Amino acid sequence: MLEVKNLNVSIGGRKILDDLDLTVRDGEVAALMGPNGSGKSTLSHVIAGRKDYIAETGDVLLNGESILDLEPDVRAAKGLFLAFQYPVEIPGVATLTFLKAALNAQRKQRGQQELSTPDFMKRIKASAGKLKVNQEMLKRALNAGFSGGEKKRMEILQMALLEPSFAILDETDSGLDIDALRVVADGVNALRSPSRGFLIITHYQRVLDHVVPDTVHVMAQGRIVRSGGKELAVELEKSGYHDYVAEPAVA
Amino acid sequence: MNADIIPARTPAEIFLARAFDASKAGLSGNPDVAKWRADSFGVFSASGLPHRRIEAWHYTDLRTLMRDALPLAMRPGAVTIDALRKKFTAAGAPARRLVLVDGFFVPELSGDLPEGLKVRSLASVLTEGRSDLIALLSSQDLAARDSIVSLNAALMQDGVVIEVAPGTVIAEPVNLIHVTASPAPAAHFSRSALMIGAGASLRLAESMDVANRTKTRAGQTNGCLIVSLGDHAKLAHTAMVTGTAPGGVRLESVMVRIGARAKFDSFALIAGIGLVRRQMFVRFEGAESETSLSGVSLLGGREHADTTLRVQHEAPGCVSRETFKYILDEEATGVFQGKIHVAPGAQKTDGKMLCKAMLLSDMAAMNSKPELEIFADDVACGHGATCGGLDLDQLFYLQTRGLPFAQAEALLLEAFAGELIDGIGHEGLIDAYRRVVSAWLSARYRPTVAPSRA
Repeated sequence: MLEVKNLNVSIGGRKILDDLDLTVRDGEVAALMGPNGSGKSTLSHVIAGRKDYIAETGDVLLNGESILDLEPDVRAAKGLFLAFQYPVEIPGVATLTFLKAALNAQRKQRGQQELSTPDFMKRIKASAGKLKVNQEMLKRALNAGFSGGEKKRMEILQMALLEPSFAILDETDSGLDIDALRVVADGVNALRSPSRGFLIITHYQRVLDHVVPDTVHVMAQGRIVRSGGKELAVELEKSGYHDYVAEPAVA
Repeated sequence: MNADIIPARTPAEIFLARAFDASKAGLSGNPDVAKWRADSFGVFSASGLPHRRIEAWHYTDLRTLMRDALPLAMRPGAVTIDALRKKFTAAGAPARRLVLVDGFFVPELSGDLPEGLKVRSLASVLTEGRSDLIALLSSQDLAARDSIVSLNAALMQDGVVIEVAPGTVIAEPVNLIHVTASPAPAAHFSRSALMIGAGASLRLAESMDVANRTKTRAGQTNGCLIVSLGDHAKLAHTAMVTGTAPGGVRLESVMVRIGARAKFDSFALIAGIGLVRRQMFVRFEGAESETSLSGVSLLGGREHADTTLRVQHEAPGCVSRETFKYILDEEATGVFQGKIHVAPGAQKTDGKMLCKAMLLSDMAAMNSKPELEIFADDVACGHGATCGGLDLDQLFYLQTRGLPFAQAEALLLEAFAGELIDGIGHEGLIDAYRRVVSAWLSARYRPTVAPSRA
């Protein structure tokens, strides 16, 4: 379960997150929608532990435990996963090498035994096939020269491998064609479970046709301005965000 | 340009002048060689140790950095050689090897050499005085115009002269191993030569080693490697420059002439050193040849590594690539100077030079000076240099996947260095070089100091 409580974040004197409250329960798929610049991506990076953003007041709890003072790798080992809007290219690091290092680093932090190469390969093969990630892609440097679709599929593959208890998908749908969107959505649906929560950040209702959310939240000017069920996404698709953008800025 | 002022002699210069006077009668060589030595010492003496007013040595002021000179090394005795024999006959010892101990070629430790390779000691070549070989050994000194090369010619004690017969193809690496064995710090002056006949091909892997009983690694070495590549010949050269302690000085000059349609590839790893200056003088004398020079320097403490290149395109249609990377920690200093010179008439020259430095500490320094001198009008030449820290987005991304900061940093640094190591193109050597990089990186984290946070 993820709980964001009265979170305030500013950058250069400008308020990005303004007394933000948000709770996503285990097993819940929550969609976070909102216009450009509303603070959605900032929220995802603050939760994941990006150092550039400092939480002035408020807290973020993962499964009841405050994580704001933890390093990003410790948050990951505790079960948090962020699928990046723009997955970072890491030239010179083979994807397979990276995946094994990440999985074993998390296992080590949790006091579990590291996986042997054959055990690791079994796990990879099971997930990779479903996400149409082939051997050739796993041998290449991580995300380097990958197409937009390949990068997003690689994010979902990492999520499947790392088995987080809470996953944030930051605009994973943007830049995907219809077929790639379906592959990614199937990957997410396969991971839905009563013990795992999702926060899906998106501009568009389209992805929510494939990954049907339990709740939809609208974010504008750094706070949640409206919450509802999946029908709210359909409504937004018709009416747009202008009702929320037009609101005068909070003084 | 270079100032003509000669300041007062430093203790090191006075010591070297005395050492030359005292030892010149005992140094190998026929009368022609003796004259070459005397002339060379004259050249050295006129300018002294290079200093910051000499443009090519601006960032490595040897007059300041090497205040004192050390006594010349002695030829290794039977006890030393016996002790090393065990090392080189043990399982896993390098095959196809040529061993120099304190700069002296030791045939008893060398062996397993492939056919088509003719090997002699430098001392025997100098004594015999065959004019063609002497000419080959000395002909590139003049073009180098470097007082350290002149000092080497004056005091060279030994080395190895290797001839590869025309048409001979040797795929597996021949190891040239420099062992430091003198119990007390000493100065080694060695000169080796490699003549690769037309159409022949060789892979030479140079490395450094230290004998067990050697207590200190703070010696001074001045080594020259003279290479002559015949038409259609190929040389892949790797050098693992390691094993000198703080206070130690290693000066290396590689002088290469390349015939027509020949290929010279060179990679050097510099790690765990005191002060290193590695200079390469490469000259295209025949058309349509290629060279790729690359290297990685891993520096910490107050280490200082200088790579200086001069690539001379004297013939048309040649391709040169120079790519060097530095990882600088603590108070280390890196120097890269690369000059591509294109002579009139060397049309269709294709030259590209790149230097990338990764600074891990605010106290580390990098001096990068790429130069192009072009006297032909139909060429494609370029250079680039970057200097910076690790990419914070990459570090954050890796951390969100569960890698602790130190591991994420090491992974990125390994990738940074690994790109050039993979270019060596020989699996065994790539593994060996990658192991040295990993060991260097894990040693960085051994101190209990917490890594600085992004």
